[in-house]
Amino acid sequence: MGALSLARAALVCAALGLLIPPWYGPDSGFTTWPAGEAAPLVLLLARGEAWWLWPLPLILLACAPALLGRRAEGRMLVACGAAAIAWVFLQGWAIGLPGTVWSIAAPFVGADATQPALGWGATALLTGAAGLLAAGLAARGRFGGDAFVAFLVTGSAALLILFVFAPLLTILSAAAIEDGKIAPGALVGRFAAPEAWSLACVTGSLGCGVVWNTLALATLTGVLSTLLGLAFALLAARAKLHLGGAFRALAILPLITPPFVVSLSLIVLFGRTGMVTEALSALLGIPRSRWIYGLPGVLLAQLLAFTPIAYLLLEGAVRQIAPSLEEAASTMGARRFTVFRTVTWPLLRPGLAAAFLLGFVESLSDFGNPLVLGGDFDVLATRIFFAIAGARHDPGRAAALALLLLGLTLGAFALQTAWLGRRRYVTVTGKGDAGVPTPLPRGLAIACGAVAFPWMAFTAIVYAIIMLGAFVHDIGRGDMTFTWRHYVTAFEVEWFQGLVFRGAAWDSLFTTIEVAAISAPLTAGLGILLAWLLARQSFPGRRTLEFMAMLSFAIPGTVVGVSYIMAFNVPPLELTGTGLILVICFVFRNLPVGVRGGIAALAQIDRSLDEASATMGGGAVATLRRVILPLLRPAIIAALAYSFVHAMTAVSAVIFLVSARHNLATVYIVGRVEAGEIALAIAYSSVLILIMLAVVLGIDKLVGRAQIGRRAPAGAMQPAPVPVTA
Amino acid sequence: MTSRRVFAAALFAGALAALVPGSARAQGQLTVYCSVQEEWCRPMMAAFERATGIRVAMTRKSSGETLTQIRAEATNPRGDVWWGGTGDPHMQAAEENLTVEYRSPRLSELHDWAVRQAQQANFRTVGIYAGALGYSYNVPELQRRRIEAPRCWADLTKPEFRGEVQVADPNTSGTAYTLLATIVQLMGEEPAFTYLKALHRNVNQYTRSGAAPARAAATGETLVGITFLHDAVTQKVNGAPVELVGPCEGTGYEIGSMSIIRGARNLDNAKRFVDWALSPEAQAIGAEAKAYQLPSNRNAPIPPQAPRFEAIKLIDYDFARWGSAAERNRLLARWDREVRAAAR
Repeated sequence: MGALSLARAALVCAALGLLIPPWYGPDSGFTTWPAGEAAPLVLLLARGEAWWLWPLPLILLACAPALLGRRAEGRMLVACGAAAIAWVFLQGWAIGLPGTVWSIAAPFVGADATQPALGWGATALLTGAAGLLAAGLAARGRFGGDAFVAFLVTGSAALLILFVFAPLLTILSAAAIEDGKIAPGALVGRFAAPEAWSLACVTGSLGCGVVWNTLALATLTGVLSTLLGLAFALLAARAKLHLGGAFRALAILPLITPPFVVSLSLIVLFGRTGMVTEALSALLGIPRSRWIYGLPGVLLAQLLAFTPIAYLLLEGAVRQIAPSLEEAASTMGARRFTVFRTVTWPLLRPGLAAAFLLGFVESLSDFGNPLVLGGDFDVLATRIFFAIAGARHDPGRAAALALLLLGLTLGAFALQTAWLGRRRYVTVTGKGDAGVPTPLPRGLAIACGAVAFPWMAFTAIVYAIIMLGAFVHDIGRGDMTFTWRHYVTAFEVEWFQGLVFRGAAWDSLFTTIEVAAISAPLTAGLGILLAWLLARQSFPGRRTLEFMAMLSFAIPGTVVGVSYIMAFNVPPLELTGTGLILVICFVFRNLPVGVRGGIAALAQIDRSLDEASATMGGGAVATLRRVILPLLRPAIIAALAYSFVHAMTAVSAVIFLVSARHNLATVYIVGRVEAGEIALAIAYSSVLILIMLAVVLGIDKLVGRAQIGRRAPAGAMQPAPVPVTA
Repeated sequence: MTSRRVFAAALFAGALAALVPGSARAQGQLTVYCSVQEEWCRPMMAAFERATGIRVAMTRKSSGETLTQIRAEATNPRGDVWWGGTGDPHMQAAEENLTVEYRSPRLSELHDWAVRQAQQANFRTVGIYAGALGYSYNVPELQRRRIEAPRCWADLTKPEFRGEVQVADPNTSGTAYTLLATIVQLMGEEPAFTYLKALHRNVNQYTRSGAAPARAAATGETLVGITFLHDAVTQKVNGAPVELVGPCEGTGYEIGSMSIIRGARNLDNAKRFVDWALSPEAQAIGAEAKAYQLPSNRNAPIPPQAPRFEAIKLIDYDFARWGSAAERNRLLARWDREVRAAAR
């Protein structure tokens, strides 16, 4: 696409934004359009309102004449686009809903000028302005002179800045503000607070600071889930057992389970009046205790949830070790266990590191399990939630705790990079490798089996409890009479002048499916486009763009949620309370997966195909549409499935973002659990699990193999399948 | 193919538009923040819709969370009415000027306690039900341990209840704050904190939600759960082996309240809702939803299972003083410092 045609299209888009859709986003929506508060900008200006917006049409008029000619003036287009974007945001921040926010603007507009948040008109104008900016850059020879690439880079960079970077900055500033003033002392005080760092549990019977709690839990979860996952991976890849189906079911189930459902089942089993506890007490006289509430319970729940992901990751790593190395070792006389210890184990290190890191990071951001099973054991994720939602509302404290959590996560990533960065683990080379994998040493195989099979049985029991609990009166109290009651409460349908969805769960279920169905294609589309930009185009700032695209992988969901309500609660960008914010949240949360999947798939498609298309005269658009996208179909479908499932199971970020009209299934279920209605929660969860199972199996049929969690085949180093928390 | 794509695109765009605020907002809307349990919220809203034809959008959140939300939205309110939930946050909202004064014509039909509370709040909130604080214990567990049945607040600090009492955290729950304020009013502040420290040794867990201890006592996860008595009644009606105790020293109570949010976009409908919610018919819905509070309208039927106020010794609870933000923060800070941080 040429710079001139992009510039013309962008100008048309911006002009339409001025002329047709409502400029502001009033709550009345389009009902009064085109008059009243839903008027487009031209009408507003004609009525003499919002006169501080006059520069926008003038800027567009300034660059119009040049575009009607045959030349695109790069410098001028860049200036026009940048000026329009800057003006929209500056005036938006300067003049807010309660009145003039920036006192600097007061002499010009008066102290009580007000305006609501930006609407669709402003969105169209901003899109057009970004197009002008990109066309200008392309006309000046940037991005290889390709206007399409320029537009994609500008657009995605703008989106990432807006929805990933800006919220982070907001939270940073919120941590430093007390009583509306910037107070560095408060920042230091919040970071160093004893609630975070206290070491009282070492010296006495008191609880420790949340940071230590969080670190201890995350480390234990990381280590144990890696070891369990390794046992499964070795059995699956190296022992002659035909258990592929069972292993895969085990691996997929937790991916499609809302994260805290496992905790409910654990309470039913191991609570003080749980089934196992009662049995042990009756048979062996073991006193019944409340051990499950606290670190042990949360750890157990997290292991159930995250071990399968470690397994998927490590299975890939085990299979990727070239057997010829092990064969060479055994040919030279090494015994089987020596081979394992000196060859296999060292080569597994990157996989082990990745699995540990994943368990660690997932545990850090897990919110549901500590909420249900934590007891007095607080972690950062729950502490942040109650700093926002508790009786003592303190956003500054929440922001500081969120930054501590972010620091822990980024620290873990940095450590991993530092540890692995200096070594080489490549064993799959261009040369063919026809070796046969050595079987496991007998002792090791027995040890793996002794760990893996009881664990599998345990997982099966936990899920059986979930399924059973939905059909009995009150599994928590041991009332096991069969009933449909919970399903009726949740999913009742009535015929009253048409179909009426009376059940308590319908609203949230419909919203969840709608939001998931909308965000999945957006995530996949944006992710694949970004992957293509990053893998196949070279432009200045490529590394920065990649960093920004992958950043949200490292941000715990709780932090995202807090930062979104802080950043998007007031004009000019007011999104809280809408369904749109849920979609946006999911798109940018799940984006790294689409990007990684796309990059990995692109790595398998030879560049000569692109070059052939270019030689035949195909531009970037044609190459992408005709050559790359059809070849990327599996990656696209995997990204779709992943983001759909993840959007249905996420809790930690969206619990801050749901509203009256747009409630989500998981948040609804958390509310039921809080109220002690465990049976209803379990019934609803089982329906969610079935829906997601249908989606995953449908996609499995479509492409022959479920790609969930297998998005990083290029190497175990990549941030791997992101599981179900968030 | 092309037309199918166009259709799919249109469908997608339509679905996207449906998520945007109020793109299809009809006349006759009302947004209600509901702070009682889901089972009560839903039939209330459905009954109001049926009675008036006004469409209700309802969110259920705890009263603490709702207050937070109303505060955050103060410059741009999205809710119209805040219905239900313990009175303190409503008083706090009134104090912070987040809610508006409204004198319903039905005020004259209400019990004295409800009228008194409305006066204390300058008519920015009005009581819809009341419930007394107390505790419930699990009978089989008690018998198994051969412990004498507790009757008073003082019994709960006995050594045999070590690790057997559950109560919510007053930082997150209005119920637990009511306990804190009740004990302080009952005993005086210094003895109250001595008592709370002694109680702390027997508490096995401070839950986040106020009603959770009732559920824990019902399943036997704990022996004693301190909650509002109506929460325990709900468990008992469901068949749980619990006994309810209205402590002998006397106890505090909550007045579940209702407020109209300042800047409500549907103010007229909000007033209609308030008038309707104070009517005997609307207040009878609670019992059907297994909520056994005492309704505030004198003519509303009292559910037979509801703990009668006559049978319980109630203190003269000063809602204005203990509901104020300053007192609340002071008490909570002291509780955090002296009780929560103490060794068990």
